[in-house]
Amino acid sequence: MSGALKTSLTRRYQFAASHRLHRPIFSEAENARIYGKCSNPYGHGHNYALEVTVTGPVDPATGMIANLGQLDPFVAREVVEAFDHKYLNEEVAEFAESVPTAENICREIYRRLKPFPAARLERVRLEETNKNSFEFDGETGEHR
Amino acid sequence: MIRVTRKIEFSAAHFYHNPNFSEEENRRVFGKCANLKGHGHNYVLEVTVAGEPDPETGMVLDLKELKAILRREVGDRMDHRHLNHEVPELAGQIPTCENIAAVIWRLLEPKITKGKLDRVRLYESPDLFADITAETNGARV
Repeated sequence: MSGALKTSLTRRYQFAASHRLHRPIFSEAENARIYGKCSNPYGHGHNYALEVTVTGPVDPATGMIANLGQLDPFVAREVVEAFDHKYLNEEVAEFAESVPTAENICREIYRRLKPFPAARLERVRLEETNKNSFEFDGETGEHR
Repeated sequence: MIRVTRKIEFSAAHFYHNPNFSEEENRRVFGKCANLKGHGHNYVLEVTVAGEPDPETGMVLDLKELKAILRREVGDRMDHRHLNHEVPELAGQIPTCENIAAVIWRLLEPKITKGKLDRVRLYESPDLFADITAETNGARV
């Protein structure tokens, strides 16, 4: 029969933002070689889709891991309002130094959402286009 | 090990209401979902079975059999039903995505005899889903 079950809940959000992949310490030729079209000086943009996964016990009184009435405004405040219709390189302070690749955006979103008080953040998954996606679960070591 | 996933869809009605809460509390906690007339969703269920392919057939399990199990255990019970009133397995529980997915896990687990039930993923909408896995399965990669 069933042993203990693990339940997680995933909510999907969207934001549209522009960015440019470029590092000032690289020469223009190097930037062009490494980042290709993504290094175009005027920047470009994506419709990002963000999946936020939380886990924890299901409260018998509500049937929920976390009430979307808490999760939605938290994600809206910490991520969507901060990133939506922004130029990430200049309008999100964390990307003043680091290149806003989807990998780095993913880590930054995880860092912002980790303090969510009502459940444990398990994973952040970011789709930059419908052909590529990136996940971060807080593990930083060589193996999970 | 191979993971095989089969998807089915069902449409059902539900509402959220805890009889131990006052009406104000129900509205505060559950918002629009507390409307006792109910509302509905097109649920999408993805069931993943893990195992080694049988060397004779090359299959972990026959997907026709899995489809029949999903239809019998989930479709027949929940499709075009009111989850609060017509699904005894959910009696006494708020029929959230989390709870429905857990009920589906418990219904399916004993019926999967080839391979092992690995994950139940239930979408309430394209923007919201719950996953159930075995606790020991935490190291899923």
